[in-house]
Amino acid sequence: MKAENYIKLEFPARSVNEGFARAAAAAFVSQLDPTLTELGDIKTAVSEAVTNAVVHAYPEEIGVVQLRLRILPGGELEIMVKDRGTGIPDVERARTPLYTTGGEDRSGMGFTIMEGFMDKLRVRSIPGRGTTVTMRRKLQRRG
Amino acid sequence: MQTFSFYSDGRLTVRFCGELDHAAAASAMRAVAEAAGEYLPRTCVLDLSGLTFMDSSGIAVILRAQRLLNHTGAALTVQSPPEQARRVLELAGLSKLLEQPKQQRREVGSI
Ligand SMILES: Nc1ncnc2c1ncn2[C@@H]1O[C@H](COP(=O)(O)OP(=O)(O)OP(=O)(O)O)[C@@H](O)[C@H]1O
Ligand SMILES: [Mg+2]
Repeated sequence: MKAENYIKLEFPARSVNEGFARAAAAAFVSQLDPTLTELGDIKTAVSEAVTNAVVHAYPEEIGVVQLRLRILPGGELEIMVKDRGTGIPDVERARTPLYTTGGEDRSGMGFTIMEGFMDKLRVRSIPGRGTTVTMRRKLQRRG
Repeated sequence: MQTFSFYSDGRLTVRFCGELDHAAAASAMRAVAEAAGEYLPRTCVLDLSGLTFMDSSGIAVILRAQRLLNHTGAALTVQSPPEQARRVLELAGLSKLLEQPKQQRREVGSI
């Protein structure tokens, strides 16, 4: 599917870049004239996926995180967050509410929030190779 | 992110301002733990009205704060989240911690 517009960003998996990724996503999405609720949902979903890459993907090193946003024909937004880290051995289990390997610093609600705020969530992961999270959200056409 | 705490008459209020995300979570939790240790409150309110963003890292802070306060016999409630934070709280099933202004008055009166 040919995108009408897109951005691609790459940054090291550092916590300071989570806020940057949210702000970049919000700035890109503004061309779709989103409602405040839509903008909040999109920033939250981006934050969850990027934070997962920062927190879980690279336990031993600071790897690279990729964020790609695309506007698909019809105005649908696609968000992709990709890492080349540890991967997830059991994706179905990882997506279960409250499931976490992160101890008491985490709530295990990240995937549940992404799923709740987006229309579609796809998680592709290969242990030892990395994880790609792809989400889609149709925005209300206004005006 | 910034935190402010006030204490009066058994009730500790910790106000979070700015973005409560993974980068801010540790300092937010430290602020709650320090204030709770200092005042030993009967109730603790997390005032979210100054938040411009919150994600699941904030949910973990709230749950940890609840465990910490409950451990000392105190109750924890959450108050005045902006819409984005409220939607995250709802999805995480934490709406029950939201303080209703009327109940709040009754609770304080019965202590
Ligand atoms: N990019 C990733 N690389 C490796 N493991 C991941 C990745 N994303 C998620 N996981 C695994 O999936 C689990 C569930 O993720 P989810 O985001 O739902 O919860 P969490 O990150 O543990 O907690 P929260 O998001 O509430 O802070 C994680 O604990 C982790 O084990
Ligand atoms: Mg997560």
